[in-house]
Amino acid sequence: MNPRAADTSLPRDGAVSSTPVVELRHVSLAFEDKLVLDDVSFRVGAGETLVLLGVTGSGKSVLLKLILGLLKPDAGEILIAGQNLVPLSEVQLYPFRQRMGIVFQEGALFDSLSVHENVAYRLREEGMTDEAKIEQQVREVLRFVEMEDAIEKMPAELSGGMRRRVSIARAIVSQPAIMLYDSPTAGLDPVTAHTINLLIAKLRDVQRVSSLVVTHRLADAFALANYTYSAEKQALIPASTDGGPGQRVPTQFLVLRDGTAYFWGSTDELTVAQDPYLRKFLA
Amino acid sequence: MINALIDKFVKRQVLAVQEFTELLLSSVRHAFSPPRYLVDTLVQMDVIGFGSLPIVVLTGFFTGGVLALQTYRTLSTFGETGLLGQVVALSMVRELGPVLTALMVAGRNSSGIASEIGSMLVSEQIDAMRALGTDPLRKLVTPRLYATLATLPLLTILSDFFGMLGGAVVSMSTARLSSAEYWTSAYQALEFEDVFQGLTKPFFFAVVVALVGCYFGLHTTGGTEGVGRSTTRAVVVACVLILVLDFFYTKFLIAAGFF
Repeated sequence: MNPRAADTSLPRDGAVSSTPVVELRHVSLAFEDKLVLDDVSFRVGAGETLVLLGVTGSGKSVLLKLILGLLKPDAGEILIAGQNLVPLSEVQLYPFRQRMGIVFQEGALFDSLSVHENVAYRLREEGMTDEAKIEQQVREVLRFVEMEDAIEKMPAELSGGMRRRVSIARAIVSQPAIMLYDSPTAGLDPVTAHTINLLIAKLRDVQRVSSLVVTHRLADAFALANYTYSAEKQALIPASTDGGPGQRVPTQFLVLRDGTAYFWGSTDELTVAQDPYLRKFLA
Repeated sequence: MINALIDKFVKRQVLAVQEFTELLLSSVRHAFSPPRYLVDTLVQMDVIGFGSLPIVVLTGFFTGGVLALQTYRTLSTFGETGLLGQVVALSMVRELGPVLTALMVAGRNSSGIASEIGSMLVSEQIDAMRALGTDPLRKLVTPRLYATLATLPLLTILSDFFGMLGGAVVSMSTARLSSAEYWTSAYQALEFEDVFQGLTKPFFFAVVVALVGCYFGLHTTGGTEGVGRSTTRAVVVACVLILVLDFFYTKFLIAAGFF
């Protein structure tokens, strides 16, 4: 039994805006004979975080690629700030992609370019030619992810965690309003994973970006839901719900199962859900 | 079931031809509108053109040399060793220079292009490029196409020259021809039609070398194993296409009355 229909008309706990920044309506996609996504609907409001959970092959990464317009759905609509991306051509999608940053699973850094050139890539593509300004912005974001010292290194010289951090820097250099993370801590040790989670929370809480985080690591998912970034301590602190410092950021969970939106709800709703699949998933 | 398999196979080949044609048209078209990646084109000219110089020179030189060696044996039977220059020049300029140069460059660069682009595809760098606002065809394919178009004819000229030089070395050392005898014979044999076909063929071959590599790179599937498969297929298909194209283009020129 599906415990909760993914119904966009139901009010979401902690929703801060009536206009969602990202909205999927009845999206379906199949690769040849394999149904990857089946009638998936959800929305993410401004400043909110959506954590996508699911087993391997449940369609999580495909969802992120659909939102970015890298794939087209077979059915349904994908709206970014109210605009449907599905009918748009590749060139028409560029302005929307400028508002979004994505961190791919292995970083996807351009391995023939240095860290500096990787991060500067988007700035150059957008037509910026002032080298001093490019240098300043690149150093600023690298400082944010604590990778400024590696500015002249090549991706092959970086560890997995360092590549993820540079990938985050590359994604945020043009100050996107929406950040997409595809398994940002996959394959990392717990300490490095915590560093990545801290950066995600820092971006979310300091720059108030809307975030969609794909993960199959529950610890990371609940860390993002229940902790906020403290600029004073430069660390994650337990989020409060009483209006005090470290106010909990509205976080939704979307659990995918066999390509369908099996659960969509808040952190509290997920933790108290009695559905056997969810209980087994969370165990 | 066999019908279904044949149906699937035929459809796949037709789709491949369609996609290749679209790739060709879009990569040609991209040079006429911004953004144009001139720096990338220059870099590729260095990689494809200058980087292929040693193998093209060696291939040309030894091909001309062995051609002279083999032809000398036959010509000496009829006492016509003075024709060595003519034989080497015509063979190199009309056929061996363009085809062998294209095959060498295809072996080196179609594979390199396929593996580079294929690796980028499987590591999501192509997706990252699109996410950051770059058209991968403009950034990756068009520069490689125009770089190959610019450098392959030049490499062919060098191959022709070094082929004739190789033939000269053999002619003077084995056939005891004088340098003047050899080079005069070579120069006088060449006519406009020979040079025309020898220098137009590289443009068609360049399209094959660049785009076959790009096509297989962009259609890589299956991780690192898939990159290996794409690389191999790119070289095989490029080499076969060069030979097939050479045959039909030559036939066309004959039919059109070029020679």
